[in-house]
This record gives sequence, C-alpha cells and structure tokens, in this order.
Amino acid sequence: MSTVFIALQANEETRPIIEAIASDNPLALVHREPAMVKIDAPNRLVIRKESIEERIGRRYDLQELQINLITLSGNVDEDDDSLTLTWND
Amino acid sequence: MDMKSANRKLSLKDKYRLFTRDLGWEPSYRTREEIFPYVQYEGIKVHDWDKWEDPFRLTMDAYWKYQAEKERKFYAIIDAHAQNNGHLHITDARYLSALKIFLQAISPGEFCAHKGFARVGREFPGVGTQVACQMQAIDEIRHAQTQIHALSNYNRFYNGFHAFAEQRDRIWYTSVARSFFDDAMSAGPFEFMIAIGFSFEYVLTNLLFVPFMSGAAYNGDMATVTFGFSAQSDEARHMTLGLECIKFMLEQDPDNLPIVQRWIDKWFWRGFRVLGLVSTMMDYMLPKRVMSWREAWNIYGVENGGALFKDLARYGIRPPKGWNDAEEAVDHMSHQLMLGLYQWSFGTAFHAWIPSDEDMDWLAKKYPETFDRYYRPRWMHIRKLAAAGTPFKNYGLAKLCQCCQLPVVFTEPGDPTLSCHRERVHQGEKYHFCSDHCQALFENEPEKYVQAWLPMPQLFQDLQGDLTAWMDWVFLRDGEDNGDYADSLDRRNFEAWRAMATSNQ
Amino acid sequence: MQIDLRTVSIQPLRNTFDHLVRRFGDKPASRYQEGSYDIQAAENLHYRPTWDPEQELYDTGITRIVMQDWYALKDPRQFYYSTYTLTRARQQDSAEASFAFVESRGLAEALSDELRRTALDLLVPLRHAAWGANQNNTFICGYGYGTAFTQPCIYQAMDNLGIAQYLSRLGLLLGGTEALEAGKAAWTSGDAWQPLRRYVEDCLVLRDPFELFVAQNVALDGLLYPLVYEALVDDHLAGRGGSAVAMLTQFMSDWFAETGKWVDAVLKVAAAESEHNRAQLQTWIGAWSERAAAALLPVVGQVPGAEADELVGERVAAFKARLEKTGIAL
Repeated sequence: MSTVFIALQANEETRPIIEAIASDNPLALVHREPAMVKIDAPNRLVIRKESIEERIGRRYDLQELQINLITLSGNVDEDDDSLTLTWND
Repeated sequence: MDMKSANRKLSLKDKYRLFTRDLGWEPSYRTREEIFPYVQYEGIKVHDWDKWEDPFRLTMDAYWKYQAEKERKFYAIIDAHAQNNGHLHITDARYLSALKIFLQAISPGEFCAHKGFARVGREFPGVGTQVACQMQAIDEIRHAQTQIHALSNYNRFYNGFHAFAEQRDRIWYTSVARSFFDDAMSAGPFEFMIAIGFSFEYVLTNLLFVPFMSGAAYNGDMATVTFGFSAQSDEARHMTLGLECIKFMLEQDPDNLPIVQRWIDKWFWRGFRVLGLVSTMMDYMLPKRVMSWREAWNIYGVENGGALFKDLARYGIRPPKGWNDAEEAVDHMSHQLMLGLYQWSFGTAFHAWIPSDEDMDWLAKKYPETFDRYYRPRWMHIRKLAAAGTPFKNYGLAKLCQCCQLPVVFTEPGDPTLSCHRERVHQGEKYHFCSDHCQALFENEPEKYVQAWLPMPQLFQDLQGDLTAWMDWVFLRDGEDNGDYADSLDRRNFEAWRAMATSNQ
Repeated sequence: MQIDLRTVSIQPLRNTFDHLVRRFGDKPASRYQEGSYDIQAAENLHYRPTWDPEQELYDTGITRIVMQDWYALKDPRQFYYSTYTLTRARQQDSAEASFAFVESRGLAEALSDELRRTALDLLVPLRHAAWGANQNNTFICGYGYGTAFTQPCIYQAMDNLGIAQYLSRLGLLLGGTEALEAGKAAWTSGDAWQPLRRYVEDCLVLRDPFELFVAQNVALDGLLYPLVYEALVDDHLAGRGGSAVAMLTQFMSDWFAETGKWVDAVLKVAAAESEHNRAQLQTWIGAWSERAAAALLPVVGQVPGAEADELVGERVAAFKARLEKTGIAL
C-alpha cells in the first residue's frame, strides 16, 4: 500500500471541496494543519466535480482547484468530471 | 468561461489536443534535426512524441484567469503586510536567517528554472511537452518575483537581504544552490527534466516548501506563507509534469532506463545536499519549530519518495543510489552543518547562534539517537568559549566539495565520529569531496566538474586571502550582516521596535 | 499578537536592494525594477553547456547585437508576471464576452457562406504561424541575455499560444473540427501558404536571439497583424457584413497595438547604442521584412476582392514609417 495525498489551503473556498473529497473517499484521512489541510488515502483518491457542485450550489470547473492547491502525490488523471490520484502497487 | 463552450461535443482531452499538439506540423523546408538540434546527443530514444500524456490541461484563457486570481490575493496580502509593520509579527528576528538564505540561494534558483524551462520548452520536439515546459517557465519567473517582492519589505528593516543579487554570484554558501542549477542548465534537455522536473520538483520540493511555509505560519510570517502557498499551487502542476516526463522516457524505449537511472542517482544526491541548508532552517532557525527535519524527511522523503519509487519499479527503476546513506545522514546533517555555519558566521550574510537549553532539549527529543550523544557536547563547549569571551570562530576557510560545494563537514557513513573526506587526483590536480557519492558524480563527468567555480580558492587567487577585501567584494557589511545573532543589530532593532509597538514608551 | 499600528513609526534602514540603488539611486524601487533588474546570474558561472561548449550559460556573444548593458532594453509596459497576468485576464474576460455574444446571438450562422469560407481560409492556418511565433519567443526568452529583454519574450510566447488557441476556437465555432483539418492541410500544402510556412521554418533554425526577435516580432508580426487583422478582418470583411469575425479577433488587434510599443522601444534603444547595432538591425529588418511581405502577398491574395499588391504595399510603407521613428531607415 502507498499513500496518495492532496494538500489544499485551509479557507472558505476549500471547505466544501474537502468535505466532498472526504465523503467520496471513505478511506481518506483528513489532517488539519495550520493554514493547510492534507488528505491522505491508500493508493487512490478521487475528486469528483459533481460532489463539489452539490455542496457549493453552482457549476464548478475542476481546474479551479489550481487556485488553492498546495501539493499532491500520485499519478494524476484528469477528465471533465473527476481528478484521480493513484499509485500502482 | 473557457474554450469549452466553443464546441460541446468535444471532451476536455480532445479540446486540449486541438488547442496544443494539433498546432504543430511536420516541417519540410527544414529538417527536424536543424530545428531541434539538442535532442539527440544525450542518447535518449523517443519514437513517438504523441504518446506524451498531458498532465493538467490548462489552456491560456484558464491559465490567465486562475493565475490572475492568485496574483490578486498574493499582492493584497503583501501590501497589507508592509502597511501594518507585518515584520513585527514574527516570533523573533532569528527567524529571518531562514529568509535571508532563501532569498540569496533559493530565489535565484527559481530564475534558473525559468530560463531552463524556456530552453527545454523550445528544444523538445513534442508540442504537448513544449507547452507544459513553457507554462513552467513563466510560472518560475513568477516565483522568483513574488519571493523578491515578499521579502523586499524585510530588506528595508533588517540586514542581510540587501545584496542578494551580488551574493548569489559571489558568496560561498550560495554556490551550493547555484552550482546545482548551473549543473542542470548545462545538461541536455532530458537530463534537465530529470534534474529539475523530476528530482527537484517531485522528490524534493515538498521538503523545501511545505515545512518551510508551515514554519512561516508558525512564526507569524504572513508574507512568506503567502508566497509559499501561492508558488506551491503551481508546483503541483510542475511535479506532475516531472512525473509524466520520466514515465514518458521510460515507456519510449528500454534503452533509456540505464540513462534515466544514472540521472536519478545523480540528481537525488545533488538535491539532497542542497537540502542540507533547509535542514538547518527547520531544526535551528525557526524560533517556533513545526517539525524536525527528520520528521519532514519521514513524511516527504521516506513515505512519499518510497511510494513513488515503488510505482516506478514497474519500469525497472530502483530507488536512488544514495538513498540509504541519505536516510542515515538525516539524523546528523542539520547539526553538522549548523555547527559549520556558526563557526564561519563571520562570512555569512545571516546570523547564526548557539541554541538555548530549550532548543537543545527539543533537538534531543527529535534526535534521540544522535543529538545528546554527538552534538550537545559540542554546542556546550562552544557556549563555554562564548561565555569566556573567546567565541569559537574558525578563520580557516572551509574546504569545499568539488561537486556539491558544501564545506566538507559531514561524517563517514556508519561512524558519526569520523570526518568524511575524499580526495582524487585528476590530470595532475587534486580535488576534494564530501562523500563517495559526490566523488562518483565527479568521476562520471570530470570534464564538467573540473570547471566548477569554487568561492574559497577564488578568495586566495584574486584577493590573496584578504578577508576585508573579500567582504567588500561580496557586499558583506562586517558587524551588521554577519556574526552571532546575540549581539546583532537585527536583534537590537527588532526588540526595540517590538517594545515600541507593544508599550506606550 | 495584536500590534497597534498607530503607536509605531519606524524608520527603515534602507530603501531598497543594493543593486537597485546603484542603478536608480537611493529611493524605493518599483516592483518592476525589483522583479527584473540583475536577477539573472552575471558572473562566476559554474559549467559550460554540454549542448554547446562554445557558449556560456548566459552568453552575450551568441547575438551580433552588442549592448553595454542589456538591462537598458526596458519594457515600456513595465510588465512583470503580476501586471502581465492581470492585464491578460481582463482581456480574456472581454474576449470571452465576445465569443459568448457571437454564439448566443447566432451571429456565426448569420454569416454568408462566402464570408465564413473566407474567414476560415484566412485565419485558421494562422494558428500554426502563431505556434511558430510561440516557439521563437520561447527561444529568445531562453537564450537571450538579461531579464529586461527576455522576460517580455516569455509573455509574448504565451500570448502567441493564446492567439493560436483563439484562432482554433474561432475555427471550431465557424467550421467545426473539419475547419481545423482543412486549415492545417492548407498550411502544410496549400500554395498560398507555402512562402509563409517556409519563412516560419527558417526562423525556427535561427540561433541568434536578437535576429530572431527581428524576424518574428519586428518583421513578420509587423506586417502580418496590420494586414490580416486591420486591413482584411476589420476593414475588408467587416465592410462586407463580417463584423462578427472582427469581434472574435479583437484580442489580436489590441495585442498588436500594445506589444508593438515594446518592440519599438527595444529597437530604439538597441539602435541608439551604436552604429554597429543600427547597421545590423537595418540589414536584418530589410531582409526579413522583404521576405515577410512576399510571403504574405499570396495569403492576402486568396481573399476574394482584396487588392493584394496594393494592401501589402500600403502596409509596407506604414511599416517603414514606423521603423523610421525607432531610428532605423529602410
């Protein structure tokens, strides 16, 4: 097992995103650090556009993540609806 | 909001293809060899540039939009920081040493990355690769500029920042970072990508930025937190580019594996040595510490690097050669290097100091196997000398490693009581190294490393060892920029200003 | 900890960094100055490039232009990353609004087939020329000397890419993916486009950054943009009911007006530096602009009803007048 992760700035814009990620990835662990939230998950983490849109009540473009993204780890696959991080075991 | 609406039938991937790689064409008036002259000589074989996978698919409209948003946020905070005497909010002025090293040694590296990515953004024959590299080129000049702008206000009130441009080219310890970047830029385009895109951005950048900006947050430095976060948001794209690039090279031809592996070995070790400077920041220079260098290494080196190399094992890649020695060195390097910085602090444009009892207790807790046994006794001795009015200063100049350019202050693997030093004669000249790994890098490319500009010998060649003349030449103001923090002007000013700010005097 | 700002009035120790004091005097520096001047390493470079051991890592000798101080080539717009990005983001907003307007009002469908055909034939192949410009400016940024000169080139390169993407988008809007395919076929094998493609490919092998600056930003852009966007799109097509097309290329017209000021400023300072520079620039600009005019003639000629010789002649004359103001007579 390898850990993939994504870290986002801790602010009002990322609150619903973090909520969406946590709910879509039951195995994810959310670490709240000063000014930063780091989410770890075993091997795979998916960020779904739809889950974010449900929480913010407007259209969301996954590329908006760029604004508050701090770092990530894993192979990235991005399409219109989701961004997935994976490590192959 | 972006080019999406143009044609709803197309997926993000298809649109991105049309907006980037479809712009290229097969030249017929000129040959590909004439247009891309540097892409062959390193021996990397690429059969199909179209197999390149674009990691993030940013078109220019989205790039301008999101980056502008980041810029607005950044400068709003920097302006507020300057207007509100934000510099008085930091824990104490010792913290500034970390920022001074950053501006003198790391920000110039951002500029090198900017130039280097512009070059490879032109030299690679694949459009997808070119565009990704060009975006990194423009991002990197952003980083250099936001760092200078964020630290500019500190320069107005504190010493040690004022000559970062001159010291980048002349003072001894900045040549550690600059030789690293010069090494990468003087390499071919593929090696540059492994050096900066992969080893530095993917394997090491988290160790530099994440603990550094958390440290800034812990120590009340809003300006640095802001540039750190803002830069890091681009870094996620850069890391992904580095990873895509290495996978691409490995997938294109099995013959690429040994070349790539050799570069990974080289650049891991080169990067690890540069991070020696970061280890002293984390363990010693933050008045309020976030995590030890060892703890950061466990998260971003062992865990994250481990996952990465496990993932790459499917291509036949093994962890870098220096990995195990690095793992052992992590418990020693910050102490060994900080002891060095302290004894040579007459020649640094930042302050060093003797750690307090509280600092040492923290270090003992974080380094239970090494600190009390090897390093506390040395600091206690140094403290005794300082109390007796004979502070420990080593006016003998540091012997520098021909490869990494750090002073030869590290110890033998397996024996932390024995100083590690290697020597080799090459074409009648004697060269010195800090480790077997640095010596091996030299032996792989002696024609490159014999050219290294070594600041210490320079002092003797041009200035006959005249320290005052050297200080003038490196724009170091003796008694202001250098020496022990305990009796520095920075300390006096910070304490006086803070007293003014918190009382009614 | 809260600090009451009113109680603290602290005298700063200095105004700015030492290198800026030497250049501009002891006063606070602008962010453009802080972010541009002397931020490239200037001495004690460690290793020579393995890709060309004749060169230094940063080498003033790879161009025939000689400057005592390359930082004299200041950008009159004073663009650093932030001001550049904010400016383009604003322009992108209005470009977005124009595309949305044309789409939502069905203005593309309202174009006559002939006009649509003309616009596609003229504009879509230019996305490849813009890609060539992107590579050339990336080259100048990468290998040119001194940040004052090279920094605007990476901005220019990204603009060239943006323009290639606007043109792609225009092609998709007016003609779908088939239009992009047809445009590429015209670019690679259509007769009207071959002189221009040859020009671009010849630029791609130049390794003198300043000559490339002249060939791309001065000569080619200096004729292409006025001819295509002013003379053909804004005048010729708009006069025949094609103002929707002009809305979609507004970015290019504004961009050319803005970047031209920078290009002129660079030429003016470089030419004023020495007779050697002036003569060299004259030779280069003369040769490259002659070729550019010849390469653009068939491109203009394919537009129905356009008097190609006359239009090119007019714009060449205007180009010469523009250059005259920078101190370079053709």
